Amino acid sequence: MHLLVVEDDRDTREFIRNGLTQAGHSVDVAADGREGLFAATAQQFDLIVLDRMLPQIDGLTVLRTLRASGSRVPVLLLSAMGEVDQRVAGLRAGADDYLVKPFAFSELEARIEVLVRRTAPEGPTTVLRVGDLELDLMTRGVKRGEASIDLQPREFRLLEYLMRHAGQVVTRTMLLEHVWDYHFDPQTNVIDVHVSRLRAKIDRGFEPQLLHTVRGAGYRLAAEGGADGG
Amino acid sequence: MAAEAPRSLATRLGALLRTSTFQLTLFYTGLFSMSAALLAMFFYWSTIGLLVRETDATLKAEITGLAEQYLEHGLERLVQVIVHRIRNDQSGAMLYLFATRDNRPLAGNLMEWPRIESDVDGWVEFTHHRVDGRDVPARARVYLLGDGLHLLVGRNIEQLRQLKQVFNRALLLGVGLIFVLATGGGLLMSSRLLKRVGAMTEATGDIIAGQLDRRLEIRGSGDEFDELASRVNIMLDRLQALLATVRHVSDNIAHDLRTPLTRLRNRIELAARGAPASLRDELEASVDDADHLLTTFAALLRIARIESGSYDAEVEVLEVGTLVNDANELYLGFAQDKQLMLQAEIDGHALVRGDRNLLFQAITNLLDNAIKHSPPGGMVKVEVHSENGEVVIAVRDGGPGIPQDERGRVTQRFTRLDQSRSLPGSGLGLSLVKAVAEMHKGSLSFSDNGPGLCASLRLPSA
Repeated sequence: MHLLVVEDDRDTREFIRNGLTQAGHSVDVAADGREGLFAATAQQFDLIVLDRMLPQIDGLTVLRTLRASGSRVPVLLLSAMGEVDQRVAGLRAGADDYLVKPFAFSELEARIEVLVRRTAPEGPTTVLRVGDLELDLMTRGVKRGEASIDLQPREFRLLEYLMRHAGQVVTRTMLLEHVWDYHFDPQTNVIDVHVSRLRAKIDRGFEPQLLHTVRGAGYRLAAEGGADGG
Repeated sequence: MAAEAPRSLATRLGALLRTSTFQLTLFYTGLFSMSAALLAMFFYWSTIGLLVRETDATLKAEITGLAEQYLEHGLERLVQVIVHRIRNDQSGAMLYLFATRDNRPLAGNLMEWPRIESDVDGWVEFTHHRVDGRDVPARARVYLLGDGLHLLVGRNIEQLRQLKQVFNRALLLGVGLIFVLATGGGLLMSSRLLKRVGAMTEATGDIIAGQLDRRLEIRGSGDEFDELASRVNIMLDRLQALLATVRHVSDNIAHDLRTPLTRLRNRIELAARGAPASLRDELEASVDDADHLLTTFAALLRIARIESGSYDAEVEVLEVGTLVNDANELYLGFAQDKQLMLQAEIDGHALVRGDRNLLFQAITNLLDNAIKHSPPGGMVKVEVHSENGEVVIAVRDGGPGIPQDERGRVTQRFTRLDQSRSLPGSGLGLSLVKAVAEMHKGSLSFSDNGPGLCASLRLPSA
């Protein structure tokens, strides 16, 4: 993947660049808004990581200008300014996702993966498949091999989200945001309870195990094992 | 109700009688009454006392004079003098009697010897039956002349007696009035004082319970109570400023440490990816620890932002029942793992105006708390109902509860009661709930669930 990182703070910029390069991406960087806008319009990127507070032209203006020019490149907005309450302004300006600094690298990485894959062209699907696990969006039926699996509505949504992002790491925050539709910090890892219940239904008694825990990051649903998030 | 009113009156009176003001009043009343009595005694001595003494002196001089007449000129002359004296007595108050041994009158204006011991030589008081039929008090001196003859010179003391009575009545009335007025005044003063002290006690009680922004009332009369209240208020201001400083420092620490801590965490995370398996576990555990710290810092900063009003909430009309059901659904598995029943009882369509994510956070924090503190096999119940223009979200658990005097403390940052030290948690959950409640112009309160705790989050109805 070809990514652009627009960030004025040198340490953060280099850190993101190194991390993403290690993860196998090709990364261009820009240190201010004007440079970033110039790079973004001159080349085709798979995704832009854009800081909100930038010298010359601020991040939101860069984003609006890009969107006004018809670019649909996925943009992940970074901000040190606030918490969930700042999210809406960013999303309204045309960002695809929003991350508050300081952030865990695994969170950034997981979100980038999801954004890049989301925009990959794919035909209308009614059945999601991972290995021999099958989820039918029309009949809302779930089968592992020949065995049909009975899921609660929330478990169905959780599995659907995991299957739509099969092979990718999804973080607990992403699950809360997309499956439960709340932005908050649980005091306890209640998401783990839900995931382990789902795992008991789709993995117990079957081989290979599909739902993997990625330590320090989140979960990954994949047919080919391994706990490595990268 | 009816049985309770007198008891409360008695309690109030008891409180009144115990006040130092009232006791002081009582002391002064006693002192004042005593000096008034002393003053009255002096008046008595110098007015009525003087009259009595003068009367006695007159009688004594008269009888001595008469006795001399008898001794020098004999019986005939004494009788003459007595007759002369009676005729010349303008006041008509003087009484004379000269009698034989067997009390037969020889001269005088008394019909008979009064019913007194006849041989008494000294002062006597008796009732004089006047010719007009009136009985009047009289005071007299008796003198034995020898040969069994005896002489009595007396005076009608009716006026003196009346004067004495008037004086006594005036004294009694005066002292009584002083006592009543002083006691009444004391009661009035004490009750006013008690009211002010009561208001102060109530206000300080609220402050102790955690309402640190409450202040004592200043009436503007400039009295010592105002002085005291303003001093206490200044003290509270300083205390609050100090607390704010401490909070500010901890918030700043959290803010400033977040970035380097995240950097550290990320380095370890990236290092773990390329590390040999032996190191990897340790590194990943370090990432977990750092994440835990970062979560605490994030919660601290969120509370600070909400409390300072710099959190831009997305306010919309929300159905509380939906939030509670979602929260219950999210926590059901966690509760079941602890062998707890989790129930929701939602009464009607309660609507509030607020930030969806913050309110959800508040509700889940209360649930989280309730589940963590309930013993296995118990039940956690969430009730939603509307009352007096408020939506009440009550979370009931069967845990150990919170002692009354600790309830104000549990919403302060990092407060963890002894009984919950062994449980996981940051000590910030309830602080956040309180901040969210107050931001929504609501409140968080605790009551006994007998056994357990009932935490009530109250929000204004939309």
